[in-house]
Amino acid sequence: MEIKKTAIAGTLESSDIQVTVSKGNDGIKIDLTSDVKERFGKNIVKTIEEIVNKFGIENINIKAVDQGALDCVIKARTITAIQRSLGTSEEPDWEVL
Amino acid sequence: MTFKKDRLRRTMMFVPGNNAGMLKDAGIYGADSIMFDLEDSVSLAEKDSARNLVYEALTTVDYGDAELVVRTNGLDTDFFEADVKAMVKAGIDVIRIPKTENAGMVKEMEDLVIAAEKQFGIPVGQTHLMAAIESAEGVLNVPEIAKASDRMIGVALSAEDYTTDLQTHRYPDGKELEFARNMIINAARAAGIAAFDTVYTDVDNTQGLINETEYIHELGYDGKSVINPRQIPVINKVFAPTKAQIENAKNVITAIENARLAGSGVIAMGGQMVDRPVALRAERVMKLAKASGLVDKGGHYIGK
Amino acid sequence: MENKLERILPDDLMKKYDYKPFETTEIGHPIIQRTAPKVRVSDGDGKVTNDLAKIVKDNVKDGMTISFHHHFRNGDFIFNTVMEEIMKQGIKNLTLAPSSLTGAMNDVAIKAIKNGTVTNITTSGMRGELGDVVSHGALETPVIFRSHGGRARAIENGDIKIDVAFLGVPNADRCGNANGMYGEEAFGSLGYALMDAAYADKVVLLTDNLVDYPNAPASIKQTQVDYVVEVDKVGDPDKIGSGATRFTKDPKNLKIANMVSDVITNSSYFKDGFSFQTGSGGAALAVTRYLRNAMIDQNIKASFGLGGITKPMVDLLEEGLIGKLMDVQDFDKAAANSMKENKNQQEIDASWYADPDNKGAMVDQLDVSILSALEIDTNFNVNVLTGSDGVIRGAVGGHQDAAMAKMTIICAPLTRGRIPSIVKSVDTAVTPGSSIDVLVTDYGVAVNPNRKDLQEQLSDIPGINLYTIDELAEKAQKIVGQEEPLNYTDKTVGLVEYRDGSIIDSIKEVKD
Repeated sequence: MEIKKTAIAGTLESSDIQVTVSKGNDGIKIDLTSDVKERFGKNIVKTIEEIVNKFGIENINIKAVDQGALDCVIKARTITAIQRSLGTSEEPDWEVL
Repeated sequence: MTFKKDRLRRTMMFVPGNNAGMLKDAGIYGADSIMFDLEDSVSLAEKDSARNLVYEALTTVDYGDAELVVRTNGLDTDFFEADVKAMVKAGIDVIRIPKTENAGMVKEMEDLVIAAEKQFGIPVGQTHLMAAIESAEGVLNVPEIAKASDRMIGVALSAEDYTTDLQTHRYPDGKELEFARNMIINAARAAGIAAFDTVYTDVDNTQGLINETEYIHELGYDGKSVINPRQIPVINKVFAPTKAQIENAKNVITAIENARLAGSGVIAMGGQMVDRPVALRAERVMKLAKASGLVDKGGHYIGK
Repeated sequence: MENKLERILPDDLMKKYDYKPFETTEIGHPIIQRTAPKVRVSDGDGKVTNDLAKIVKDNVKDGMTISFHHHFRNGDFIFNTVMEEIMKQGIKNLTLAPSSLTGAMNDVAIKAIKNGTVTNITTSGMRGELGDVVSHGALETPVIFRSHGGRARAIENGDIKIDVAFLGVPNADRCGNANGMYGEEAFGSLGYALMDAAYADKVVLLTDNLVDYPNAPASIKQTQVDYVVEVDKVGDPDKIGSGATRFTKDPKNLKIANMVSDVITNSSYFKDGFSFQTGSGGAALAVTRYLRNAMIDQNIKASFGLGGITKPMVDLLEEGLIGKLMDVQDFDKAAANSMKENKNQQEIDASWYADPDNKGAMVDQLDVSILSALEIDTNFNVNVLTGSDGVIRGAVGGHQDAAMAKMTIICAPLTRGRIPSIVKSVDTAVTPGSSIDVLVTDYGVAVNPNRKDLQEQLSDIPGINLYTIDELAEKAQKIVGQEEPLNYTDKTVGLVEYRDGSIIDSIKEVKD
């Protein structure tokens, strides 16, 4: 699957994460900003990568601005951003959820 | 998630579906039911986002003993189908149908829920329904709505839309809601399901909330919808039984137990017959007493 | 070496400063020799000046120890005024020994560290940018963190020997009689500054409000004061009471506060004549309001409220629900104002409040204290100093001291954002778990296993969900996921004294 369109999901509120996905051509690139990067940075990146892999996307650029979001929020925001990019928000790939 | 048809429903707490922080903490306030909202509190552009967020929260966060409810978008919207599928897949206890006008809408929702249950391998019948009554049409049809499906667990008054439909608005004395409130409680009881009163929107007015809760408690309602967790203890206190009620209920239950041990079909207490309504009321009083922290595990009054 | 809490302490520094590792919260009955200040004899005349430069030049020398108080909190102008003058004169290698450092002092403190004016610090705490630079190794020597009681002890026994104390006051007369109650920048109790006034060799008052002689009631006395320096402004009244105290509407804080109140009212300590101390955090403030209801319902009155005083405690005093307020500092304007209005609000100094090495401090008479925590671990050890990134961002304050109460309750949310508050091992141990009795979180309550009596009293209360602290730590970790460990260098940037002067933990330089 290919990301063509830039899409964004999530907010900059506390406990949330804002995820922006855009076209990539060099694998999965994740640029993370987070106040809890020292303690959870690797964890956050791994969570995002898992979602990207579930969609079967090989090339993607992701910018994530984290405000202390839990895993479930990171997953949801990443899924939403990718769905928006793919235009599948209302006919989701139920296997990914 | 712990679904029990016959349970306390003193408070149903609204949680905006797209608010990550509030979803995380929704379980700690002791609400009997938590209602995740995909409808009015979520802007059109964020419907998908809220749906995915609530889905992930439902499948990860531990909400303890609370009954979990989702208010989906209306049957006439583009979001509704994906909402229902996602929530059924997440294993939600109850779907709250917004703006319910007639039994047909309940049926329509039920069909979609059945399809979704089958699609995702959820036991058919696991997902329950409730109806929000938000219009004059809905109020007039509430008896048939309440009985429209075996999955129905309750009906709720949603006063903001309803008063607009009536061409009035909310008044502190609640006279404008009198008819609707009476219709809903009677329809609910006739169908053997719960009745939820509308939210009290003036969060800082505790006395106003107490007055309104005392009124709907008197009418027979199971509880109220709440928009702020601070309202939960206030409402619970109104629903808490008195010491005399608790002691009487305990005597009733003891009398039933004594009769059972003696193998007697006739239950007497203080020379009076204990019939079924008295027994049922005693059970409910003890359940409320326990939930209100007024009795210990042995049922002894410990309130102060 | 390791101390009793299994915290690893730097051998070289322990030896260099002749420190003992923390062993126990028991103080016992040692015989202590106190020190006394040098006194330059005066008849009281000629103390008033507006020439701060001359006062600094005549009295502050390289290598000295100087002190300040933090009663003006974020509205303080004194620290910056004096430090700028000291830097202008090129004085170096000072030891800074304030009662604490507030945000208003950060920029100037950092400047003084960077240019070598300040090379040693002992304080209750530090926050913001200052904590950040210190945690990144800006000082060669470790900061010594002391509790308010610990500082009083160290001043009395000479561990801290203050050469010059610069004490801002909202009023003073020409001979140096002063109090904290009157004037535009009134803050109420002078509790922490009274130690400096009594034990510094030189005491310099700074005021913008010179009043007629004799000024009474006086907290700082003319017998203690060398100079009275007139300045334009001692502080910003709007910022004195802000920063620490706010009335919460946050449902999570209210929920925790309600549970704390349930714990207190269901404990054996809740009886007529009980005493308590609360902090200034959102939840702690709300506890007082819930307690009030229970006190009225059950007709119970408290004999005294202790510590930092807040408006909710003043309300209780004025309603007759508390007999006396024993006041070492005031967190808000209402509390400050009440000190002059209510004869039952008694100003106490830091020694009277919390010093372990005297003939009886008030914290030892305390029934219940309600304290907060950045972190608490499964041994109930509490961290109030370093944040989740390992950077210093807090203060010991009266935490170790008030934990001497018969029942010490820590209130903390299970998690803050993604940061867990209940952990396996705290980043920095400040208050030992043996002095903590109950933890109240938004998810439930844990009682220290060494308090079987409290376990019993709280076990069959339907409003109180009891867990073990390990269960709460697991719950927290389940919510946030597994944290990565922090990275530190070998350099020690802070040593944390227990109130008895032993070392309870060290703080390392953060590696980015």
